[in-house]
Amino acid sequence: MNARARRHARALDLREGRIDMNHGSGGRATTQLVEELFLCAFDNEWLRPMDDQARCDMPPGRLVVATDAHVVSPLFFPGGDIGSLSVYGTINDVAMAGATPLYLTAGFIIEEGFPLADLKRIADSMAAAARVAEVSVIAGDTKVVERGKGDGVFVTTTGVGVVDRALDIHADRARPGDCILVSGSLGDHGVAIMSEREHLSFDTHILSDTAPLHGLVKAMVQSVPTVHCLRDPTRGGLATALNEIADQSGVGMRIRESALPIRAEVRAACEFLGLDPLYMANEGKLIAVCPADRAERLLAVMRAHPLGAQAAIIGEAIADPLHFVEMETAFGGNRMVDWLAGDPLPRIC
Amino acid sequence: MKFIDEFRDGRIAASVARSIHGEVMAGRTYHIMEFCGGHTHAIARYGLPELLPASIRLVHGPGCPVCVLPISRIDAALALARDARVMLCTYADVMRVPASRRQSLLTAKAAGADIVMVYSVRDALSVARAHPEREVVFFAIGFETTTPPTAAAILEAERTGLKNFSVICNHVLTPSAIQSLLDSPEVRRVGGVRIDGFIGPSHVSTVIGSRPYEFFATEYEKPVVIAGFEPLDVLQAVWMLVRQINEGRCEVENQFTRAVTREGNRKAQALVGQVFELARTFEWRGLGEVPYSALRIQGRYARFDAERRFGLAIKSVPDHKGCECGAILRGLKQPQECRLFGTACVPDNPLGSCMVSSEGACAAHYAYGRYRRDVVPLQHASRSAS
Repeated sequence: MNARARRHARALDLREGRIDMNHGSGGRATTQLVEELFLCAFDNEWLRPMDDQARCDMPPGRLVVATDAHVVSPLFFPGGDIGSLSVYGTINDVAMAGATPLYLTAGFIIEEGFPLADLKRIADSMAAAARVAEVSVIAGDTKVVERGKGDGVFVTTTGVGVVDRALDIHADRARPGDCILVSGSLGDHGVAIMSEREHLSFDTHILSDTAPLHGLVKAMVQSVPTVHCLRDPTRGGLATALNEIADQSGVGMRIRESALPIRAEVRAACEFLGLDPLYMANEGKLIAVCPADRAERLLAVMRAHPLGAQAAIIGEAIADPLHFVEMETAFGGNRMVDWLAGDPLPRIC
Repeated sequence: MKFIDEFRDGRIAASVARSIHGEVMAGRTYHIMEFCGGHTHAIARYGLPELLPASIRLVHGPGCPVCVLPISRIDAALALARDARVMLCTYADVMRVPASRRQSLLTAKAAGADIVMVYSVRDALSVARAHPEREVVFFAIGFETTTPPTAAAILEAERTGLKNFSVICNHVLTPSAIQSLLDSPEVRRVGGVRIDGFIGPSHVSTVIGSRPYEFFATEYEKPVVIAGFEPLDVLQAVWMLVRQINEGRCEVENQFTRAVTREGNRKAQALVGQVFELARTFEWRGLGEVPYSALRIQGRYARFDAERRFGLAIKSVPDHKGCECGAILRGLKQPQECRLFGTACVPDNPLGSCMVSSEGACAAHYAYGRYRRDVVPLQHASRSAS
């Protein structure tokens, strides 16, 4: 590393410097950016040779791949940033197959003029998140676009993992009678992002729940391998994720409002913004659908894990040819929980 | 959440619902119009109809500002937004209201128009200050609740010498809309639409007070109960209305005593009086031209009036053929009776304005109540009852 850093006449100015078009030219400036910023942050045996590809060994099982583009605004928010989000967001998608994530690749589209200090902060945050999640960033790419043609930085990550061949967790496996569980409080990420939104800053103690979920998933599938579906309710929140599962599985769903874990602060913020916490994004929560006779067992395992302490059984899948998601309101009535129409938020993940 | 959860308590709801069940007379139906979109939303969101006896029919009224906005006003805003000097600021819901030629402010924004979604008129003032080189136009909509803030913003712009700020005023008046409904042939005709009483506006009434409704109670003999927007408020108001109807009383009662007085907010009224005057007529979607039903900016603040400042032409445009928004806004039809409902017209791609705002009858019903399949058409119900 140090030998490489010395190849360049002057080190990158990571305090005052900014990205310019040279950093995306593919020439020396690009190499310097990759070496002094990204390689420094992600250093590992696969990245170090600076090849155009990484070659890695895979343990036995089926390969699981997921990709996610992250365009969050603002880039830094209470409880996280685009860096940690781009790691956890993608490995959570891998984990929702019941898989163990192993490797990540990362593509950066950076806007001309973007501060190197911010880029370093993002790369360091990604590296820290990858360490927490025990995955390695093994390949990457950087591109620079002219000022005004990007929004600071966009990060696309692809996650690779393996899943035991015996596990069969799919969003089309919910069956009437199955129980629906969530791993914890809903809407934290969405409200944390909202609180930083332009024109709308408000003080809140709510932090984004950005977190890697594969540890929780591992505990869940070890104890209850017959889990039917897992999904992380990110964009569009619980309501959207439930509608997706209902649609893919060809079932209806009934949930109980009084069973939903939602923080008082999140409810309050949603109340005065006129939003519904059911549609607020989460980045460290999951929904599980499992056979009713395994639900209590699954709940106990989830609650025993730090990321599932607030887990709850929130309802059940039912037979419904229209695949509606319905909710028994705490008030005593019933209502539909429909797909999200329009976008209540700026870009949130 | 303190002061919120108390008004959403399921146990109290069950007990009020029992009282309503005990109050309704056998063989009688009760047609209650909730004027406000806020009530429509609460009714759908909390599943209120299921708590009520089948003999109580809640009829949605025209009190959703987005829903009553005619195509012509959005067309005018669109024309203005295409002017490269202009930054058009407005509330989120307005962005999706369908205008002519399948256009909306959202499609115009995608095509490059500078349209800014704001949460309040104060944000529009900030945008104007931040962009002195641009013409910042606030597309103001709403009933009496949002009117005082618009007045305050115009006064502030004048006081601070803000020269690049103006307003397209679409502020409309609740009492005029109620009167227009009660005067409509469908309501006056024997065997037509029945309205036995009104759930009176919540936030609007905090500004105008309860007094303006007394006219409807005495002249039209319609009981009015002003209610808050929380589900228990609505339930209690229904109970109070059923009692009035049973006892043959036609009074203005105030369920929302924690916020509404008879006189209303005098300071807000004074602000409105200082800046606005009655417009001779205004086009409402669903109600057509309604005399003296909206406000316009007074001549002395003409430079803040975008209609005058840019010489905007407001040209009336008919609604989409087959769209029943007009009938729905007058309480003549329910959303499910529109053949476009849920097929060609959905919240993601609204053809009519009632499908746009979450306060719109169609959007509320689509989002929350679509699973209920036991819809009795209003007109049949009213005929059998009369």
